Amino acid sequence: MKIYEEIISAGFGGQGVLLAGTLLAQSALEQDLKTTWFPSYGAEMRGGTANSTVIISDEEIGSPVAFAPTALIALNKPSLDKFLPRMKEDAVVIANSSLINEADYNDKRITFIPITEIADKQVGNIKTANMVAVGALVKRIQAPSLDHVKKALETAFAAKPKVIPLNIKAVDAGYNWTK
Amino acid sequence: MVKKLVKGNVALCEGAIAAGLDAYFGYPITPQNEVPAYMSRRMVELKKVFIQAESELAAANMVLGACASGKRAMTSSSSPGISLKQEAISYMAGMEIPGVIVNVQRGGPGLGNIAGSQADYFQAVKGGGHGDYHLIVYAPANAQEMYEIAYNAFDVAQKYRNPVMLLCDGIVGQMMEPVDFNKEPKTKFEDRDWILDGCKGREPRSLKSLLMQDGVLEQHNLDLQKKYKTIEENEVKAELYQVEDAEVIIVAFGISSRISKNAIKQARAKGIKAGLIRPITLWPFPSKIIESYAKPGVKFFSVEFSLGQMVEDVKLAVNGKCPVDFLGRAGGGIVSDKQVLDKIEELAKK
Repeated sequence: MKIYEEIISAGFGGQGVLLAGTLLAQSALEQDLKTTWFPSYGAEMRGGTANSTVIISDEEIGSPVAFAPTALIALNKPSLDKFLPRMKEDAVVIANSSLINEADYNDKRITFIPITEIADKQVGNIKTANMVAVGALVKRIQAPSLDHVKKALETAFAAKPKVIPLNIKAVDAGYNWTK
Repeated sequence: MVKKLVKGNVALCEGAIAAGLDAYFGYPITPQNEVPAYMSRRMVELKKVFIQAESELAAANMVLGACASGKRAMTSSSSPGISLKQEAISYMAGMEIPGVIVNVQRGGPGLGNIAGSQADYFQAVKGGGHGDYHLIVYAPANAQEMYEIAYNAFDVAQKYRNPVMLLCDGIVGQMMEPVDFNKEPKTKFEDRDWILDGCKGREPRSLKSLLMQDGVLEQHNLDLQKKYKTIEENEVKAELYQVEDAEVIIVAFGISSRISKNAIKQARAKGIKAGLIRPITLWPFPSKIIESYAKPGVKFFSVEFSLGQMVEDVKLAVNGKCPVDFLGRAGGGIVSDKQVLDKIEELAKK
């Protein structure tokens, strides 16, 4: 099977969307796939959206910029509004219903998940919302796999091993919530 | 060796460090900020020299001074900052000083914006400073190449006593990719009979670019040209991708070569014979390689994040044997694979 995903991870600056992107890229690397990660850099305003693009493939990757994204994590409304029109017809869209009003949208591609609420109540740390979103996303896309995301967490947090269990809990929570 | 996920800007730092970099002199500007930021930690850890200079001009002249004393030195900046370094670059070319300069290009002219760009091609390969000189100019297209080209740049600079430029762009600098840090750190270097390292026990030497005596400067220029010819014979590097049977050939470097490859795959899937010549050295330019594919029926076009610079060198190489077209965007605009594919299809029909 040919693997090809163009994933955009977007939200408010501070919601950890860049880290969510790097984790997906690191997971692809652990899975022995090709990957690129490209951030929005510099001119973003406070309160506006930050985003990163991750491309994952089993073949050499051309552009690190997504022209027809196959997956989106939208942690806030501005991100969903910005990227939804650019998404592929059959794209997987994970939207944070804790911060976005579900009734405003009528788009079958969107899966609404109360990401912030799950992070806060179920995982016990609101800062893990980005990890909950990664868990939810990987359930629905070709790659990376949940196991490789967990491996990537161990690599990414090798210097702070204490935080690994919490992050794994968050990824699992997102994964298990999603059908 | 386990691959590590790093930014292109960081990969190039590690390449330079493995090459035996003694000193880094920089000044902040987006999108190359990871370079001075990373070096400010790593060079200090390694007990090497890191200086955030008071200006780009100063940083480039510090490279000149450090290299004159036989050290391996580098500076980096992005487009507007590289314009400020041109005086020192011209002096290094004249004095035959092997400094390494990195340009992570952004949109111009002027202060422009911070998006990736390739609009400094002319400045890099046609002499951004004054005088009849050439830099050896490399155009890395991925993070692994940022590492490897930086690793080799210092040896090439030393070999020819010529400044070397890495002409990168904001996208290749900012993106992360897995990099295999597979190079042995260099520790042993050849003795050089021109460096200024103290003249105790030997004749004094000098390095200068002011050559006022009758005929001396002309002779110096002729000697430089002889050196440039040797470099042209030995140092051309290019990647050829699906070019053997290609009827439409794209010439593109750096980020635009990657987008072009996407489009070529799509074109091939539709049965259109498209291929890519990717210059890895922009000077010396792979003119002979391009010329060898300029056969009847072949159509060329260059893809650039500029409004048409390298296309002039493609035309010179093709020398009227085939049509040469152009596709590009300026000021941080990104050429999409769809646009490249449309151009391929348009030319294939002609």
